[in-house]
Amino acid sequence: MPTTNTIGAKAEPGARHNTGSGIGPEPLQARIKQLAKSVPGPVIGLVVICIAMSLLSPYFLTPNNLINVLSQVSYIGMMAVGAALVIILGGIDLSVGSTMALSFMATAFLYKEIGLPFWLAMVCGLILGAFIGLVNGLLVTFGHVQPFIATLATMFAGAGLALYITNGNPVVGFPDWFLGLSRTRLLGIPLQVYLMLLVFILAALWLRYRPSGRQLYAIGGNEEVARLSGISVRLAQARVYVIAGFLAALAGLAVGARLDSAQPTAGSASDLLSVIAAVVIGGASLSGGVGSMFSTFIGLLIIGVLNNGLTLLNVSPNLQPVVIGVVIVLAVISDRGNLPLKRT
Amino acid sequence: MSILSTGPAPLNGGTLTEEPNALKGIGLTKQYGGNTVLHGVDITLKAGTVLGFIGENGAGKSTLSSILAGIKSPDAGEMWLNGTPYAPTGPASALNSGVAIIHQEIKMVPRLSVAENMFLGRWPKKRGRVDTASMAEQAESALAVLGAKIDPRRAVAGLSMAAQQEIEIAKAILRDPSYVIFDEPSASLGQEETEKVLDQIRILRDRGAGVIYISHRLDEISAIADEILCLRDGRRAMAWDTGRVTKDQMIHAMVGREFVYAHQEPEPAQEDVVLEVDGLTRQGVFSDVSFSVRKGEILGMSGLVGAGRTEVVRTLAGADRADAGKVTVEGKAVEIRNVAGAIREGIFMVPEDRKGQGLNLGRSGGENMVLPWENTLTPSGFVTNRTVKRVEREQALELDIRGNLSIPVLFLSGGNQQKVLLAKWLVRKPKVLILDEPTRGVDVGAKAAIYEIVRKLAAEGVAIIVVSSELEEVLGLSHRVLVMAGGRQRGILSRDEALPDRVMELSVP
Repeated sequence: MPTTNTIGAKAEPGARHNTGSGIGPEPLQARIKQLAKSVPGPVIGLVVICIAMSLLSPYFLTPNNLINVLSQVSYIGMMAVGAALVIILGGIDLSVGSTMALSFMATAFLYKEIGLPFWLAMVCGLILGAFIGLVNGLLVTFGHVQPFIATLATMFAGAGLALYITNGNPVVGFPDWFLGLSRTRLLGIPLQVYLMLLVFILAALWLRYRPSGRQLYAIGGNEEVARLSGISVRLAQARVYVIAGFLAALAGLAVGARLDSAQPTAGSASDLLSVIAAVVIGGASLSGGVGSMFSTFIGLLIIGVLNNGLTLLNVSPNLQPVVIGVVIVLAVISDRGNLPLKRT
Repeated sequence: MSILSTGPAPLNGGTLTEEPNALKGIGLTKQYGGNTVLHGVDITLKAGTVLGFIGENGAGKSTLSSILAGIKSPDAGEMWLNGTPYAPTGPASALNSGVAIIHQEIKMVPRLSVAENMFLGRWPKKRGRVDTASMAEQAESALAVLGAKIDPRRAVAGLSMAAQQEIEIAKAILRDPSYVIFDEPSASLGQEETEKVLDQIRILRDRGAGVIYISHRLDEISAIADEILCLRDGRRAMAWDTGRVTKDQMIHAMVGREFVYAHQEPEPAQEDVVLEVDGLTRQGVFSDVSFSVRKGEILGMSGLVGAGRTEVVRTLAGADRADAGKVTVEGKAVEIRNVAGAIREGIFMVPEDRKGQGLNLGRSGGENMVLPWENTLTPSGFVTNRTVKRVEREQALELDIRGNLSIPVLFLSGGNQQKVLLAKWLVRKPKVLILDEPTRGVDVGAKAAIYEIVRKLAAEGVAIIVVSSELEEVLGLSHRVLVMAGGRQRGILSRDEALPDRVMELSVP
């Protein structure tokens, strides 16, 4: 019963400054422990994996390869930001992958078949993504459908529509300026990596400093407490699903620019699972209220580095998901002792 | 020979005498981390007696009872049950030896029937299938022992807390335990329901069981206990081999110093009416509630559990919607659509359940305090850690909160949690402050501090509504007392009229 005795505390006015952790028998050891604790577990994991990979493969620790890792995960990263927001809020979004496919298929269709200028088709695709998010949000808030079920439904519907638009045929040939998102490099790094980083930074700032972002932790932690604190829970929930849908559409643009084609079967199940894995490896809890953009980014890098490194080591691509599975379990188990205190 | 004696008990007064009819703990010690919460405590619970168990929050009551019930194992010390060594490996093993515990927080599966809940995990089987008939029969007879009128075949969902408490006790009776520990069963019950529980404990005692009864309500302790044990800071502070101990003596033993428990007269309220409620109704819950609260006035709301008090204040605070009625704040008619709307009108509510409704347990004190105010906390609309820390410091100083507020509030004592919750709603100055069960589950020290804060706020001109199941709290704090029963307002009594008997008379539907 580690409670503070109010009466007893009155005797010593300095009691408030006590950290409550007690005075360790060996201060030095305690300090090292404290220091180790202040480094998040996923960061340690990432460092260990990077060291291991650079010892095993001479190609791993080259600038080109590392940039490659970043651009490979950039579309997963954009979706992971949305997924992390939804998960912090205490929900889940299974539809991000098919939203990504559908919205870029729609963009391609409007450009190629209808003849809209590409920038307008792009905007329409992004709006479609946000709209699918809105449908998710309304189903969850006003329809009282559990998030898992609501987004499962839109996932199926989205995947079907993506195939239906062009009867399952891919669309190819986009303007050069759009392909630049993937091919133009600034300081050797493709633009889409900057776009992903920008999304991460904006989301992190929003979560940390803006009331509408900070609310997500309160709602995910305890919805009733949030409601009785005057927070409009439904508005906040709907907004986050809209953001997740929009970011999925943005990820669709990144994929489209990289492949120079719109694939109706993009956004496969493994993409969705990588997105959720990144968030979970970063330490977010599926019951809500815990998680951050920084740790999601670390989780993303862990997945990217593992996939990249295992390919360099000629591990069969069929075995790579096994390693990811092991890492998820390790991440969750090692995280269990930590307090749900850390933010971005 | 008993180790319980009048006057201060020796700290190591235990003997190794094997008493044939007692549950005995000798030198029980428990540590968490480097923190010793029990320092070699001796305890003897004799069959056929009720041992009242008192102490402030954090004194070690729960730890000691958890050890006796096999939930936790002691780091040192030994236990004897009816003269034989007793070392339970878990709650199930304790129950098999005849030691049961009834928790403060009742956990039941709402969709299962009463009988199924009572037999949870050990359903009687007949030819491989659950024997519902015999289950219901046994459940019925256990409930009959308590005189409880509950159909064992109905689902638990929809039953009142009091009924669920009865089921919990009946569940313990099923196993025919020789020793039963009640961990604050009255915390969520009203006066009348508590009387019933006390009666049921007397039934258990008369059947020969030894009962430990833990409560913060000292009236109950003197009403039920044959012996009293007081813990303080993990040690035996005092033990009496009689239940006839005055409240002052008990409080003295709990806090270790003289303590002013008697309520002082509140300062007179001002003339201006702040809140006026006229004909407030929520269909099927409460109807036609009308009252007013003046500046600096404390209006108490009394009634039994289920009388509709909480529901009325929740509606005023925007947590639920009213179906009819007029609410006026400072002469201006207002319509409260949601909590944010109530906050805009200056009506703030400290809800009754601090863990489920009041605080985000995983967040720090400061983060909890700023939650309702983040939109207006800074001119730029950006909330920084520094601002949160500043609010936390100011409020800690203002309300004299002495816990460590930078850790999740989960780790604070009940009293400090309640103060953080209060602080959350005092970051901005309320016009009307609603306090629903403001001292539930907090120790006497924190209780007195909270009363002090409430009086000070009233003196500053805040209109205050206090809902409480503790009669003494309502009567002691309030200028006037509104009594409800069965969703209806039964009357408003002035401080002089509001005598316990009179309030009780109105409370009974």
